[in-house]
Amino acid sequence: MAMADAGGQDGGTAAAPHEGPGAQNGQSAPDAPPLLEVQDITRRFGDILANDSVSLTLRRGEIHALLGENGAGKSTLVKIIYGVLRPDSGRILIEGRPVRIASPAEARALGIGMVFQHFSLFEPLSVAENIALALPQGTADAALKERIATISETYGLPLDPDAIIADLSVGERQRVEIVRALLSDPRILILDEPTSVLTPQEARQLFATLKTLAAEGRGILYISHRLEEVREICDAATVLRHGRVVAEVADPRRETAASLARLMVGEDIHAVKAAPPPEEPGPPLLHVRDLTLPADGPFGVALYGVSLDVRAGEVVAIAGVAGNGQRELFRALSGERLAQGHGVIHIEGRDVSLCGINARRRAGAAFVPEERLGHACVPEMSLTDNVVLTRHAASEKTQERLVRHGLINMDAARRICARIIGEHDVRGAAPEKPARALSGGNLQKFIMGRELDRQPRVFVVNQPTWGVDAGAAAIIRQRLVDLARAGAAVLVISQDLDEIFEIADRIAVISRGELSPARPAAELDREAIGLLMAGAHEKRHGRADNGTHAAEARP
Amino acid sequence: MIVLEKRAEPSRLWAFLAPVVAIAAAGLTGAVLFALLGRDPLLAMWTYFIEPLTSAWSLEELAVKATPLALIGAGLALAYRANVWNIGAEGQLVMGAIAGSAIPILLPEWNDPLALFVMLALGLAGGAAWAAIPAFLKVRFNVNEILSSLMLVYVAQLFLDWLVRGPWRDPMGFNFPKSVSFTDWHVLPAISGRVHLGALLALLAVAGLWLLLRRARMGFALKVMGSAPRAGLFGGFSMAQACWISFLISGALAGLAGICEVSGSIGQLQPSISPGYGFTAIIVAFLGRLSPVGALFAALLLALTYLGGEAAQLALGLSAKVTQAFQGMLLFFVLAADVLVHYRLRLQRREAKS
Amino acid sequence: MNGLEAFLVTVIPAATPLLLAAVGELVVERAGVLNLGVEGMMATGAVCAFVVAHISGNPWLGVLAGALAGALISTPFAALTQKLAANQVATGLALALFGLGVAGLIGEAYVGQPGVRLPALNIPVLSALPFLGPVLFSHDVLVYASFVFTALVSWFLFRTRAGLMLRAVGVNHDAAHALGHPVVRIRVFAILFGGALAGLAGAHLSLAYTPQWVENMTAGRGWIALALVVFATWRPWRVLAGAYLFGTVWILGLHLQAAGIGLPSQLLSALPYLATVVALVIISRNRVLTLTNTPASLGKPFVPER
Repeated sequence: MAMADAGGQDGGTAAAPHEGPGAQNGQSAPDAPPLLEVQDITRRFGDILANDSVSLTLRRGEIHALLGENGAGKSTLVKIIYGVLRPDSGRILIEGRPVRIASPAEARALGIGMVFQHFSLFEPLSVAENIALALPQGTADAALKERIATISETYGLPLDPDAIIADLSVGERQRVEIVRALLSDPRILILDEPTSVLTPQEARQLFATLKTLAAEGRGILYISHRLEEVREICDAATVLRHGRVVAEVADPRRETAASLARLMVGEDIHAVKAAPPPEEPGPPLLHVRDLTLPADGPFGVALYGVSLDVRAGEVVAIAGVAGNGQRELFRALSGERLAQGHGVIHIEGRDVSLCGINARRRAGAAFVPEERLGHACVPEMSLTDNVVLTRHAASEKTQERLVRHGLINMDAARRICARIIGEHDVRGAAPEKPARALSGGNLQKFIMGRELDRQPRVFVVNQPTWGVDAGAAAIIRQRLVDLARAGAAVLVISQDLDEIFEIADRIAVISRGELSPARPAAELDREAIGLLMAGAHEKRHGRADNGTHAAEARP
Repeated sequence: MIVLEKRAEPSRLWAFLAPVVAIAAAGLTGAVLFALLGRDPLLAMWTYFIEPLTSAWSLEELAVKATPLALIGAGLALAYRANVWNIGAEGQLVMGAIAGSAIPILLPEWNDPLALFVMLALGLAGGAAWAAIPAFLKVRFNVNEILSSLMLVYVAQLFLDWLVRGPWRDPMGFNFPKSVSFTDWHVLPAISGRVHLGALLALLAVAGLWLLLRRARMGFALKVMGSAPRAGLFGGFSMAQACWISFLISGALAGLAGICEVSGSIGQLQPSISPGYGFTAIIVAFLGRLSPVGALFAALLLALTYLGGEAAQLALGLSAKVTQAFQGMLLFFVLAADVLVHYRLRLQRREAKS
Repeated sequence: MNGLEAFLVTVIPAATPLLLAAVGELVVERAGVLNLGVEGMMATGAVCAFVVAHISGNPWLGVLAGALAGALISTPFAALTQKLAANQVATGLALALFGLGVAGLIGEAYVGQPGVRLPALNIPVLSALPFLGPVLFSHDVLVYASFVFTALVSWFLFRTRAGLMLRAVGVNHDAAHALGHPVVRIRVFAILFGGALAGLAGAHLSLAYTPQWVENMTAGRGWIALALVVFATWRPWRVLAGAYLFGTVWILGLHLQAAGIGLPSQLLSALPYLATVVALVIISRNRVLTLTNTPASLGKPFVPER
């Protein structure tokens, strides 16, 4: 059944100006050895078994999903296949022949291409230079540009070879990665979470390209935790949990998202239980009016006329593709960067536009940034110290006071820390442990707990469950909804539409630093949000394109 | 081959052992080098590291030399913790010495216990003021503080040279480039033999910085900014603040070291007032694992290398220049041993079976 | 020889050690490594070049020894920062202190000994030109070499695949590693090259500029070379321009002293250091310029996962 898509079509002639897998496609007999076999791969990192005897089979023309939670071992496995990591034991066969892949160059020579999750691009270099770096030595410059043009045209992936990566949108960058992988004419293409940074429309374009590639007889290994899209495009799936293969799914289309999720997580995921939002909306606790800020540095995004109210009792979500001003908006709301004048940002009716982050905390707000290590926490410092980090200047009325006469009361901080660890079920934690030693999910629970413990009236969080396991994510989402229903105003900035639809009462979309008006979640669907992500609401005209935007996704 | 594996938590055991391992390794390497030079390595090691500890005179000398090293090293430890790279302590030392010496040279008649206090205060202020320049340039213009603070060392030394050859030269000094000798009112009182009050000040400074880093919010801010600046901003601290505090404190202590050296040990200004204490203190800071208390012990060890160098010169005919090379080598070993605190070394076969 | 000619003839030897050391450090920094030990490598190169030339009587052997010594003494830095992921700033400082110490130790017996001068190579025909001949075409081999190295480095970085790889490593070492480029190996080679050029710079000081050995004869030139790389925003030809600017400042001080104007000689001697600070202010205050030009991985430790 996996071969069904590949049958009959001879995409190879159309696709490749050179001899490739397409040439063999038509003849592949049912009993021919599979394109790629991974057998009993084991890899250990310190005390952790990242891959425990993992096996997987990828056939020609197949789009094969590799499913699993964060930390399940997907990235380790594909890095082994691509020669970045070496396995402790196990073997890899390509078309029945055992191979040893000691480096990415060898992987490419064997016909394996890879599109990385965190793009492995060099920002100040041009598209052509970035591509040349992944090709064997001796590719002439002119010939290379020609080949880029050919591939771009064949697969509908337009690219300017002379453009500098730093000027490209996330979607365009991914295109560079894909074209780069295709230029070495891979038989096997690996994509690691390719859609996590795309709008729904861009993702659909990507799926079309992938289907073309599969139809040419290539095998595609597709890593994702987005179950709907796996059901949409994948012919088979291998599910990893804690480094082990827990299921092989012959046809994901016959599964439901829920059944796949159960395989991934090993238990049912609790859906968020929320009382409906209050009929009478409460007063706006967070009030933003016409927030405009120039870009901070050459790689920043400017904010244009952002206006938003978040009322007591509701969760408002801001959707958008990464790099459209989310980080800048968060910094402006938190006070890490001040507004340019009075009357822009109010917390509980107080004008805090020109107040720093601690003054805003004292006004009743709490903030959780996207990055846990290095922004929300000091990685090398203890959890107790990390409690002090956001609590040292808290007001007396709500808190135990941690600082007197410039000296820190470490005993009090330790008590607060122990309380947070206990109340928020932070596993593997102790007050003396460095933040770095906690897993992503537990550290995020700790950080959320640290802020919730202050009983904030306004809560602003960026990417609350990014890279967090499903169990912890469900708990965190529930806490956000509970906080709102208890009377706080909660603002969630997220790139995860599933998450947004699960918890948001109203949704706004940010694109190129502009925010669409927040509308009730019930009135919106993915399609509508996708259009907004691509900039359908942008008002300004004649402004130079700052390149952080996927214009071609616009209908 | 050996690969590094990051530890989940820094090893407390190795944090304590690493400097010891580094000193042992540096000593061993030194012994091997001496052997290669045809000297008896045991005798050389004895002369270098043990003999200076056997007489009261040299123990006093040890304290005298450790005083500026501890003062400066503790301050630098604080700055480096904040990821602020002040490497111009030698220049701040010189400027502290100059500022403090203004009293005995310009007001030699002011014979009053207060004069000494004012000299020390001017020493602190002179060092801090000189350190304020790279701090300002960093905060205001984003100028790399490593290069600016170092350039100012040369400028300070040339300024001192000009002073003692020009306006501050002792008119009765037979044209030698020296200032007048300080009167007793302007000389730091001795504690024991050559050991002067500066040693006590160094102990106080170390204790103060220890408290600052361990308990004070200001010290906490410095540690956070040094370890994760964006988290520091999230905590409401600022880069500029960390830069200013680090430079002012480390500069002031270097300046204090300078005036203590001139007032306590030398007794007058001359073109060269330090055998590179400001640079050696960089090694002190690292050997002390960037902790003020550690810097105190490290200062004693580095002071020993100065004495050992002199002893080896007298007893074995070895060059005193051995000292500086040895100090540099020691820092290499300190940094190498530091890896053991954060990483586990693991042996790995070159190729996995496939 | 008129005044301008005499002035220009002295600027070139003054600029040469700055140029050699800065071009070497530029390659190191383009690979993402900050090696602050230039002063130490330069001093070691100077003393080794001097001693070998003094013993052998052959200045060419001295040049070779200078380059080798510079590369050799950079190896502990390479090992610590690349194999053990040690802090590059601290290790660079260690190299500076160690190099100066070693140089002082080796050179102690040779202070005041007569040196061997690297002969001037008069380029046939061209050196006979009026004005241009003595100014441009009658220098020692290291002067010409400094130009050749600038051109070679520029060509290497921007016209060869290996140069592209080196820049890629400096821009994003994780991505370079993921694509299979040998990050550590490239960086080690860059460090050794930077060491060799710093050693050559030292050799020029002790064999051509002032053919003798004096302790601390590098006089901060290694640090100024570091500043030059920043000042030139990591571009080879701008390094050349900057080196000549600083060479001019250096010589200007000497000429003004000789001319006997009323300023204290110490102030004139301080000119190069003050000029360095001023140059850094001028270039650094434009944050966009420095942010977009600094190799993004500069100074960051790299530990590959295997």
